[in-house]
Amino acid sequence: MSSMSNALTEAHVESLPTAGVSQGDVSDFFALLKPRVMFLVVFTALVGMVVSPSSVHPIVAFVSLLMIAVGGGASGCLNMWWDADIDAVMTRTRKRPIPAGKIEPGEALAFGVTLSAGSVIILGLVSNWLAAGLLAFTIFFYVVVYSMWLKRSTPQNIVIGGAAGALPPIVAQAAVTGHVAWDSVILFAIIFMWTPPHFWALALVKSGDYERAGIPMMPNVAGPDSTRFQILAYTILLAPLGLAPVVLGFGGLAYAIISLIGGFGMLALAVQVYRLREGEPAMRVAQQLFGFSILYLFLLFATLLVEHGFGFFRPVFG
Amino acid sequence: MARPNPPVRLTPEEQKRRRQRSMALALALGIFCILLFAVTLAKLGPGIMQRPL
Repeated sequence: MSSMSNALTEAHVESLPTAGVSQGDVSDFFALLKPRVMFLVVFTALVGMVVSPSSVHPIVAFVSLLMIAVGGGASGCLNMWWDADIDAVMTRTRKRPIPAGKIEPGEALAFGVTLSAGSVIILGLVSNWLAAGLLAFTIFFYVVVYSMWLKRSTPQNIVIGGAAGALPPIVAQAAVTGHVAWDSVILFAIIFMWTPPHFWALALVKSGDYERAGIPMMPNVAGPDSTRFQILAYTILLAPLGLAPVVLGFGGLAYAIISLIGGFGMLALAVQVYRLREGEPAMRVAQQLFGFSILYLFLLFATLLVEHGFGFFRPVFG
Repeated sequence: MARPNPPVRLTPEEQKRRRQRSMALALALGIFCILLFAVTLAKLGPGIMQRPL
């Protein structure tokens, strides 16, 4: 009996994690980079490159894009390192590698800092130091300004912090042209204006989660009704802004049609979110706005990509 | 004289994960070297051999 219990104890000790040894596998480290956010970064950066009036060697463009992606992933990793405590109490994030105990905070910090420094240096060497500086600023803004400062202190967190998510087209165009052009500034403005309705629609649905984690999201601080009004206000600004590429001449006929229809779709849903305030229908329409906002931004950028990348550009004016 | 620490014994699962991480790191470093070589060729082109010594 005693030998049997000893054997069981030994088997149990054998299966326990060894102190000081990393428990994460490759997929856990990849998850630290927030792959879905990284895809958005690559996608918007690629469009920033494609609409650019000048061009670079495809290999230089590819490596620049890769470094922007790695820099974006690194900032996501550092965000997860800093926010591990609040990630652990939110249902949406509690399975992330650090709160799940698969990766130690120190490992994530080292991983994020190494990738941040590496991506900035390589981008500077491969393209130019303006693009590298902008990438470094993006990482700094997301990690320090948004994650460490704004996120836990003001309901305007995602409004100001949204600038970090909107910068990739500017970084990418700077990598190609060596300067910051109006085209990329307009793309920045579209993503910047899109961020509040997108995240606040999610925050309306997940307000309990944010409340538990102590994050001052707009619905928890100003209330759901004020949030609904602000969603509508930002969408009223976003819909015409979506047409700005047409006016400036880098959005063609297909883009004009898509942004017009998409803009009306966003407006219609924002009005519904503003009107429906109680019960299941209110939650459902907020969820619909969240989902449609992703499709809207994707279609705007995908259309620009197809128009410029595959020679389908037909100017609306002239 | 201090007693030496006992050697760390990894579980089979930990050994497997460590091997996977090592392979991924090796692959990433390999790709990194290839990319740097390709960028060097792309940026310098035929002039790669024509530089003042």
